Amino acid sequence: MFEVPEDRKYMESHEYATTDGDTATVGISDFAQDELGDVVFVELPQTGDEVSQDADFGVVESIKAVSDLYAPVSGTVTAVNEELFDRPELVNEDPYGDGWMLEIDVADEGEFDDLLSADEYREQTE
Amino acid sequence: MNHDQARYGDDERYESLLSEKDSTEIDIETDADSPLPDDLTRDSVELPSLSEPEVTRHYTRLSQMNWSVETGPYPLGSCTMKYNPTFAEDVAADPNGAVHPDRSEESLQGTLEVLYHLQDYLARIGGMDAVTLQPPAGAAGEFTGILVAKAYHESRDDDRSEVIVPASAHGTNFASAAMAGYDVVELPSGDDGRVDLEALEAAVSEDTAALMLTNPNTVGLFERDIEEIAEIVHDAGGLLYYDGANLNALLGRARPGDMGFDVMHYNVHKTFATPHGGGGPGAGPVGVTEELAQFLPSPRVRERSGAYELYDPERTIGKVHGYQGNWLVLVKAYAYIARLGDAGLEDASAKAVLNANYLAERLDCEIPYEPFHHEFAATAGERDAADVAKHMLDHGVHPPTTKWPEFVPEAMLTEPTEAETIDSLNDLADAFNAAFAADSEALESAPSKTTARRIDQADAARNPQLSWQALEPSEE
Repeated sequence: MFEVPEDRKYMESHEYATTDGDTATVGISDFAQDELGDVVFVELPQTGDEVSQDADFGVVESIKAVSDLYAPVSGTVTAVNEELFDRPELVNEDPYGDGWMLEIDVADEGEFDDLLSADEYREQTE
Repeated sequence: MNHDQARYGDDERYESLLSEKDSTEIDIETDADSPLPDDLTRDSVELPSLSEPEVTRHYTRLSQMNWSVETGPYPLGSCTMKYNPTFAEDVAADPNGAVHPDRSEESLQGTLEVLYHLQDYLARIGGMDAVTLQPPAGAAGEFTGILVAKAYHESRDDDRSEVIVPASAHGTNFASAAMAGYDVVELPSGDDGRVDLEALEAAVSEDTAALMLTNPNTVGLFERDIEEIAEIVHDAGGLLYYDGANLNALLGRARPGDMGFDVMHYNVHKTFATPHGGGGPGAGPVGVTEELAQFLPSPRVRERSGAYELYDPERTIGKVHGYQGNWLVLVKAYAYIARLGDAGLEDASAKAVLNANYLAERLDCEIPYEPFHHEFAATAGERDAADVAKHMLDHGVHPPTTKWPEFVPEAMLTEPTEAETIDSLNDLADAFNAAFAADSEALESAPSKTTARRIDQADAARNPQLSWQALEPSEE
């Protein structure tokens, strides 16, 4: 079984966003990292960039495939996990922890309503 | 077929570096007045100190631990790994062709004549009006072709921002369009694996600069609606670009120009049996319609009262490579086309299609999209296509392209080419079927007979060692 923590919400395209406050931490789910296989490269925006919900914000490349990353919510990027540029394997090892990708200053918390709950996401991946 | 790949040394190092075999430190006389900074100069250099047989053995061993179309079938789909005939090498090695392109036009008449005829042959084969031989690779040809399309639109003050590329297209199509400054619009494949006309209608607009299409497409299917596709793109004011990767399926039977394509590139390393570059010199000529000829790179070759001369097309996009392109590659393509002639090319193409269809008929696996031409995308189904591929290596054949195109699950894109006999096609089929029949343990532990076993792909991608200088010296 794949881990689906309750403290965040999910996209059908397997990105997550934490929901505890004005800042959301964004990454990809345990299921997604397993499907992708070993991640070898991550391309992310820069601090200060604007992202909008459902629009692509970056790229994750594994030994199997190259996939776009989609923003779960709109807002301004306040932090980027630069550790991933040297150690992309963190996405595989700890997708919800050290493998995080962005922190976003959320523009509209109402957008969280468009995302899947942990239960709904778990259902999608089963 | 039983097969064991050559293996020397130990598991850590199959063949030692030349410098490890024996080397000598050579002092270099340094120039005290050299303008180079100190960190870019040195007083001595370590050079291998070896006899010719030692060097020859080194490279022969490396080649034995590798795979090539000269050791066995190499059905790498979409790559058209044709056998490269040695007579073409002989032609390229002829000292009469070894003339510097900076010599006077008068003294270059022989090479210019060959290039002129090659332009003409390729134009006739593709149904195009004018050809440039300058781009140094297939992808460079794509980029050149899109730049020509862009120059055409700009010459009409027609500001267009998008290039449409089917999801099934080669990755280079997306890259070429993006490099030329266009936004890429991805066209989803229809249920039958071909272009979905309704989706295309929806995708084209006054922003459409071009549609890039491969025909037959990347699962070997002929785009039957090509005339309607051309009409839709042209009605929107866009150009139709032909990716020549699969031209080997059509030689002598159909021509992109007749289907309505305006620009195309030729992969001479696929269709016309020149060596695949592997990063070395290549060639990706580009053909265009009369209307676009004025934008081609400069110089081109033309004939004027019995003599050949170089000239700059009127509104040329400029140079995309030095001189007239990579002569030594182009002359091999010329030799191949001239040797085979019309009938030979048509026959080669027919056999490529026949071989793919014969091989497919013998396989115990599903092929979702039919009828295909020179290549087909089998699916490994529940198995991992990479495991099947590794297992095939133990049977002395190169596996097909795996996991691409992505819309075929666990794809095994297979293109045997016309080079294979019925016996080698049967060997290939046996290798496929043995892998399909193997249990998961056997699949996951394969290959066992190759020099190198499973490569750590993730580590190779994360920590590439791109030069022998990056290798740790061996312990010996």
